[in-house]
Amino acid sequence: MNHWYMLTVVGEDRPGIVAHLTHALYEGGCNLGEASMMRLGGNFSIMLMVQSEETKHTLESLIEPVVDSLGLHAHIDKIKGRLHEHQIPDVRIHVYGADRVGIISQVVGALTEAGLSITDLESDVCGTEDMPIYVMIIEGHAAEGVKALRSALDIIANSGVDARIEEIETMIG
Amino acid sequence: MALSQMTILEILKYPDPRLKQESDVVEVFDDVLREFVISLEETMRAGPGGVGIAAPQVAYLQRIVIVDVSARKNTPNNGCMVLINPELIEWDGLKSGREGCMSVPDFTGNVVRAERITLTARDINGEACEFSCEGYEARAVQHEIDHLNGLLFLDRLVSRRNDLFKRKKYK
Repeated sequence: MNHWYMLTVVGEDRPGIVAHLTHALYEGGCNLGEASMMRLGGNFSIMLMVQSEETKHTLESLIEPVVDSLGLHAHIDKIKGRLHEHQIPDVRIHVYGADRVGIISQVVGALTEAGLSITDLESDVCGTEDMPIYVMIIEGHAAEGVKALRSALDIIANSGVDARIEEIETMIG
Repeated sequence: MALSQMTILEILKYPDPRLKQESDVVEVFDDVLREFVISLEETMRAGPGGVGIAAPQVAYLQRIVIVDVSARKNTPNNGCMVLINPELIEWDGLKSGREGCMSVPDFTGNVVRAERITLTARDINGEACEFSCEGYEARAVQHEIDHLNGLLFLDRLVSRRNDLFKRKKYK
């Protein structure tokens, strides 16, 4: 069990995808690590760490029946990552505004320049079709301190996006 | 063991079943208890967070917790609190915050806790005492008292994506 792979599966969402996929992997002797599944725009998406002694090609054959029967697309990469590598974020940034082209790029660009290393990013487009709203939550590590990030956000706020930053205090008891 | 001798105790890690057990009320306030509390505090200060510990985390299934957040900047606190048989008597306000636990290494998650609490307890000599706590200190106290009831922060995690509370459904 010394190879870790990242399995990415996307496609039209329907009930039972995770169950079918994990069953096939289990039957094929795989061990599963960390996973993130989300519906994005009504599409199914999952990224799943899979540990196996098999080759990438064998893994592809293993999940092929499920992937094909459910009309999904799968992609497998051999990865260097391993478990027990969690980083504790120390800052969370909330951003929302009328949706327009370039919000993520602008916000993330400014924050990265101010020392942010992103550990988690989630965004949604909500509102209505004619007046879409963009909502984004970013967590990360502020390598150059929170003050630097606040200055970056002030600049972003001038462009009509509402942005707020909060420090994450983790209590370990 | 001499009274002055301090010991770092071993922290139980989940899935040790003792972490899911309810702890017993302390009835005897003697030198054995005092010595244990000294070691418990030393163990807390040696840990990664160093702000709170509960006796069942070191396999001592008695209702004893220690919380001390006084070393943190800008954090309202009551100093080092040794709380024996603690009981929450009032709580107010709810807030989501991130927690980790020495008994659950390499994981942190969001938990909703009361923002302000009042509690009663016994001190190391068995005298009744009362504390009011807020914010970070209140969170630490609630996390530790949970241990006395066999609860871990894993039992109270809220989803990262849908933080805090379920959205109300408007019709």
